[in-house]
Amino acid sequence: MQNKRAIFGAKGLPYLLLAPQLIITAIFFLWPAGQAIWQSFLREDAFGIKTTFVALENYRYLFHDPSYLNSLKVTVVFALSTAALSMGAALILALAVDRMLRSARLYSTLLIWPYAVAPAIAGVLWWFMFNPTIGILPYLLEAVGYKWNHALDRGNAMTLVVIASAWKQISYNFLFFVAGLQAIPGSLREAAAIDGAGPVRRFWTITLPLLSPTTFFLLVVTIVYTMFDTFGVIDAITEGGPAQSTNILVYKVYQDGFVGLNLGSSAAQSVVLMGIVILLTVIQFRFVERRVNY
Amino acid sequence: MVENQRWLNVLAHAVLILGVIVVALPVYIAFVASTHESGAFMSGVIPMLPGHNMVETYSAVLRGGVSSQISQPIWLMLGNSMIMALMIAVGKIVISITSAFAIVYFRFPCRGLAFWMIFITLMLPVEVRILPTYKVIADLGMLNSYAGLSIPLIASATATFLFRQVFLTMPDELVEAARIDGAGPMKFFRDILLPLSKTNIAALFVILFIYGWNQYLWPLLITTDPSYTTIVSGIKRMTDVQDGTPMWNYIMAVSVLAMLPPVAVVVFMQRLFVKGLIETEK
Repeated sequence: MQNKRAIFGAKGLPYLLLAPQLIITAIFFLWPAGQAIWQSFLREDAFGIKTTFVALENYRYLFHDPSYLNSLKVTVVFALSTAALSMGAALILALAVDRMLRSARLYSTLLIWPYAVAPAIAGVLWWFMFNPTIGILPYLLEAVGYKWNHALDRGNAMTLVVIASAWKQISYNFLFFVAGLQAIPGSLREAAAIDGAGPVRRFWTITLPLLSPTTFFLLVVTIVYTMFDTFGVIDAITEGGPAQSTNILVYKVYQDGFVGLNLGSSAAQSVVLMGIVILLTVIQFRFVERRVNY
Repeated sequence: MVENQRWLNVLAHAVLILGVIVVALPVYIAFVASTHESGAFMSGVIPMLPGHNMVETYSAVLRGGVSSQISQPIWLMLGNSMIMALMIAVGKIVISITSAFAIVYFRFPCRGLAFWMIFITLMLPVEVRILPTYKVIADLGMLNSYAGLSIPLIASATATFLFRQVFLTMPDELVEAARIDGAGPMKFFRDILLPLSKTNIAALFVILFIYGWNQYLWPLLITTDPSYTTIVSGIKRMTDVQDGTPMWNYIMAVSVLAMLPPVAVVVFMQRLFVKGLIETEK
């Protein structure tokens, strides 16, 4: 921890200043997290009268439960597809904006505002566009002979939640890619151009490698986003269906806990999720200290 | 730009225009839908050009009582969202800036422990520990209240880190000068530190306001009383229709109203927004 040379010498004051933050953290973060861990070792009977200590039984059960393993798989597919789509689109747009001189600011304004749209609202908007009876896109798809129905087709449902989630995340990735591109010294690209490398070659041999810190950072951030912030998208469009095909981990915790009232299993799932968040946070922080570099 | 190739510039403009259109399309269609009468959606496909019913639709949803799904006046939900977003943004900034001040400018036992306790909140998003947190709120009798909506969300590691970073870059001479002049810690905080962190506070406020406004799961669980529903979490109940077709024009009008305030914040405070976004991720 970095330190200041000049400090104040009051005794009680720092505790007073820290108190609100620490009290809120203790009541609403540490206590519930502890509860979740404790709860994950218990099992309640069907009537909620008797609870027994079952140690790791809930976890053992969880990792043998086909619906949980399915949820894990769905989450991985969802996170990677959303990351690929939103980062790919954002990179192309950022490269285009990087060429602009006067219009860069206008284009940026027109591209970044979806960041402010709530995931749940994004879900409602895309749900409306892809609505099988009146939506505009199913209508166009039918003209080329494809029958779209995300309420029945598992692939369609996944495609739709990926598009809706990626749409919202493009703005964020775009901003960071633009910042990353601006940090690449122009002299490198000029030198390559003088040596006869065309725009495509320069992209693969100079721009992309030098962007790798940004890319890696955005990959982690986007995965965190798809795992935890897309609850609203899923809830608005598919509610985890059809046939569990979009039931990502965060949604399953909610469903098993609040709808299914399976407290032990929901708590065990919470603990697994906490483990994943901690892992991702550590990766992100290590990376901030020691950037991927050449 | 290295060389000026015409076809590349044309391509770049084409890509950007296409991108802008794709990004705007869902919102455009929602807006168009909100300007038509309910009957316009019977014919089979969404109309592509605005209709004439805009004023009627929007004033109807703002007044409320449109249908059993949209019975609450929307301005009430907008008000709730505004209260929640402001409480979260202001609360997070206040408790983070004071804790960062304590951690940077004082030495006291358990300083490292306090720092790590705050760090932990970074790792536990509300979605992850949803059930036990809900139980705590229920036990404290905070369901259906503005306090229950906002207080559990205002602990913030990112904001604390940001202010810590800002304070660490401030020159030590400021403290020394203040101490020589006989200023106590709180006077230093109020008269020197706060004015110097003004832009950081403003940038952070923009990000936190959007964060607060867009909360979905938490208000959904905490508010069973419709008079506390926020607009983002209320929209789901409007789309749940058991029989008959949803009232698309009204639902889309509500969606447009729900995204208007945060989008306006991003567009009109773009510089602060970009600064806040890039700083909070460091």
